[in-house]
Amino acid sequence: MYRYDDYDQQLVDERVAQFTDQTRRYFAGELTEEEFLPLRLQNGIYIQRHAPMLRLAIPYGNLRADQVRMYGHIARTYDRGYGHFTTRHNMQFNWCELEKMPEILAKLATVQLHAIQTSGNCIRNTSTDPFAGVAEDERIDPRPWCELIRQWSTFHPEFAYLPRKFKIAVNGAEEDRAVIRCHDIGLELVKNEAGETGFRIFVGGGLGRTPIIGEEIASFVPWQHLLTYCESILRVYNRFGRRDNKFKARIKIIVKSLGIDEFRRRVEADWAHFKDGPSTLTADEVARVAACFVDPDYQALPKTDAGYVQAQTDSKPFAAWVKRNVRGHKKPGYASVVLSLKKTGVPPGDVTDAQLDLIADLADRYSFGEVRITHEQNVVLADVEQSALFALWEQARAGGLATPNIGLLTDMICCPGGDFCSLANAKSIPIAEAVQRRFDDLDYLHDIGDLELNISGCMNACGHHHVGHIGILGVDKNGEEWYQITIGGRQGNLTNLGKVIGPSFAAADVPDVIEKLIDAYIAHRHEGERFIDTVHRIGADPFKQAVYGDKTPAQRKVANG
Amino acid sequence: MAKLIKNQQILDDTWQVLTLDDATDAAAVTVPAAQWIVPLAVWQAQPVLAARGDVAPLLDGADDPAELADQLGTLSLVAVNFPRFADGRGYSIATLLRSRYGYTGELRAVGDVLRDQFNYFTRCGFDALQPPVDKYTDAQLGAALASLKDFTDPYQASATFRDPLFRRHARRAA
Repeated sequence: MYRYDDYDQQLVDERVAQFTDQTRRYFAGELTEEEFLPLRLQNGIYIQRHAPMLRLAIPYGNLRADQVRMYGHIARTYDRGYGHFTTRHNMQFNWCELEKMPEILAKLATVQLHAIQTSGNCIRNTSTDPFAGVAEDERIDPRPWCELIRQWSTFHPEFAYLPRKFKIAVNGAEEDRAVIRCHDIGLELVKNEAGETGFRIFVGGGLGRTPIIGEEIASFVPWQHLLTYCESILRVYNRFGRRDNKFKARIKIIVKSLGIDEFRRRVEADWAHFKDGPSTLTADEVARVAACFVDPDYQALPKTDAGYVQAQTDSKPFAAWVKRNVRGHKKPGYASVVLSLKKTGVPPGDVTDAQLDLIADLADRYSFGEVRITHEQNVVLADVEQSALFALWEQARAGGLATPNIGLLTDMICCPGGDFCSLANAKSIPIAEAVQRRFDDLDYLHDIGDLELNISGCMNACGHHHVGHIGILGVDKNGEEWYQITIGGRQGNLTNLGKVIGPSFAAADVPDVIEKLIDAYIAHRHEGERFIDTVHRIGADPFKQAVYGDKTPAQRKVANG
Repeated sequence: MAKLIKNQQILDDTWQVLTLDDATDAAAVTVPAAQWIVPLAVWQAQPVLAARGDVAPLLDGADDPAELADQLGTLSLVAVNFPRFADGRGYSIATLLRSRYGYTGELRAVGDVLRDQFNYFTRCGFDALQPPVDKYTDAQLGAALASLKDFTDPYQASATFRDPLFRRHARRAA
C-alpha cells in the first residue's frame, strides 16, 4: 500500500490548517453560507437531514488496519457508534458536529486519512477493482496509476471549480470491476502490440438523472501521457461544460452535445500543446509509486489446503460462506475474502465501531494488515491463507460480518436514501430490509444465484440502480414515495442500463414485485443460467407479464417517466 | 478605492472595469481616459485602444484567449473576469495564457475574487488579484496574504511551480 512521504503528509496537514481557519471564519461571520459551501464540500462535509455528514476518502478503496481502527475511534467518539461505506470508496459519518470537523480531520491526518475532494465540483476520489493486485484475471495492477492520479488531482489549482463533480475509475483486469464506463473518465489499462503499457480512455459515462455509457476517446494513450491527456479532457470540460443548469453540467452532456468526434478534436488540439510538458510522467516516479504495491511476503503453499477442504465437508454453513464469500487468488494456497455488510436488518454498508475494530484485527491477523472496500459496499481481505479461512470465518461470524450472500439478491447496493440524505425522494434502507426479509431462506437465495439488486432513493443514482440486474428507484409522486423498477442492467464488460418495466409501486408492494420477477426467472431459466442472462435471452415481456398481469403497463401513467 | 494583491503586497489600484450592457454597441462605446479594463468585444471593435497604453482587455469565461494570442507580446495587463467565484473557467483561461500562449505581463483576476481562492488563482498564473471593493477590511486582506502559501509544495506543475512535485524533489522510495 502507498505510504505518505513528508510531502504527502505536509499537504494533508496544511489542508487541515486551511480548513480550520475557514471554519473559524465561518463561525465568526466572515464567510457567508454561499462562500463556505464549496469549502466545506471539498472537505467532505454535507449538511444533511439530521446533522452534518462527513464523507472520508478511501483512495481507490485501500485501507490499512490502523486506519480502520481510526474509523472505529471516530465512530465511537464523534458519531453514534457506526459509519457507512458508500458505493465509491468512501466512509461516511452521519452525526458529527460541524464545530468538531477540524479536530476530526486533524486526527484522521495522523494516520494518512482525509476528506479531501470527496464532494464539490472537483475531481473526486479515484476508484478501482477491489481485487487489484490479487485477481487471477489482472493484466496490469491499477493501484500505482490510481495513486498517481490521486496526487495529480489533489488540490489541482485549475480544476477545483468545475461545472460539476468529476469521477475517474481505473480497471486493469480482463473483467471490469470498477464500472469504468459509468465514470466521467474511465481508464482501461492495456498493452499495445509492442508490449508497452497505456490507457484506453472512455469519457462521458455516468449514472444520475441522465445515465449514459462512456464513449471511447482514445484507444491507446501511452502511460507517460496519462496526466496531460486527462488535463486536456478536464480543460475542455472546464471551459465548455454547461454552467447554466446543474442537471446538464456533467461532462457527459457536453460530450453528447458536441459528439465524441468533436469533443476528441478539441481535447487533442489542446493536448498538442501540453503533451511532453513537465507533467509527463517519468519512469522513476512510476517505479517509486509502484514499489508500494509489490506483493506481500507470501508463503510457498500447496495449491489446496487439505484442512480447508475438510472443514467445508464438516460444516455446511462454512461451505455456504466459502461458496459465496471466498474468491480465488493468483498465489497457490491463498484466497480473497469478502466480509459482508449486508446482514438483514442492518442498512447495507453500515458498520459499527466494534466491527471496524474487528475488521482491523482480522486484517492484521490474516491479511498483511490491509483491507479493501468494494463499490458494492462490502469489505475485502485480499490475501488470506486457505488454512486460516475457517478461523477467520468463525471470528467474522461472531461479529456479524459473515453473512454468506456475496453476489446474491440480499447483497444489495443501497444508498442512505430518505432516512439520511436531503436529496432523496424516497427512503431506500427500509425497502432493502423488506426485500431481505422476504428472501430470508438461504437455500432459496442460493438457488436463485447471482443477482445484483441496486436501490437508489432518487435519480442521482448513488445506489447505481441503472446497472443493477434489478434496479429500484425511489420517486416522488405528489408527495408520496413510489418505486420504479428496472431490469436488465449490468456492470462489467457488458455494462448496460436497465429498462423500466412499467408504472411504479408503493413501498409495501416492492417485495411482492421482486418475488414475481424471481418467479418468472425460475420458470424460464435454463440450467445454470443467471437471472441477468435469462432477462437478456427472453426479453422483458415475460417479466412484465408476471408483475402486471393483463394490465398493460403502456396504458397506465408512468411516474417520472 | 480598489485594493489589489500583487507580489504578495496590498496596493491601491486605480484601474476600473468597464461593463457593457447588451444594448450598447461595443464599437460605439466611449472609453474614457486613464486605466480602463474593457470587455474583449470593445477591445476588438476599437483597435485604437491597443495603442493607448491605458486600456487593457478583459476576458470573460466564454472568451477564447486565442483571440489575444497575436497581441500578448505587447500587452502589459490582461484581466480575467470571475462572474461568480464558483465559475472556474478563468483558471483554465489563465493556464492557457501563461503556458500555451506564453503571456508574461500582469494577469489580473477581477470580479467575484475571494480570498479562499487566492492560492489556486496564483498557481494558475494570476499575479494580481482584485477582490470586490469593500469586500474585505485591510486587516482581513492582510491575513489573506498568508493563504497564498497555504500549500508549500503542491503536487502539480503550474504557473508558480514549473515542474510537478515528482520532478522538483527526489522523493523517498517506499
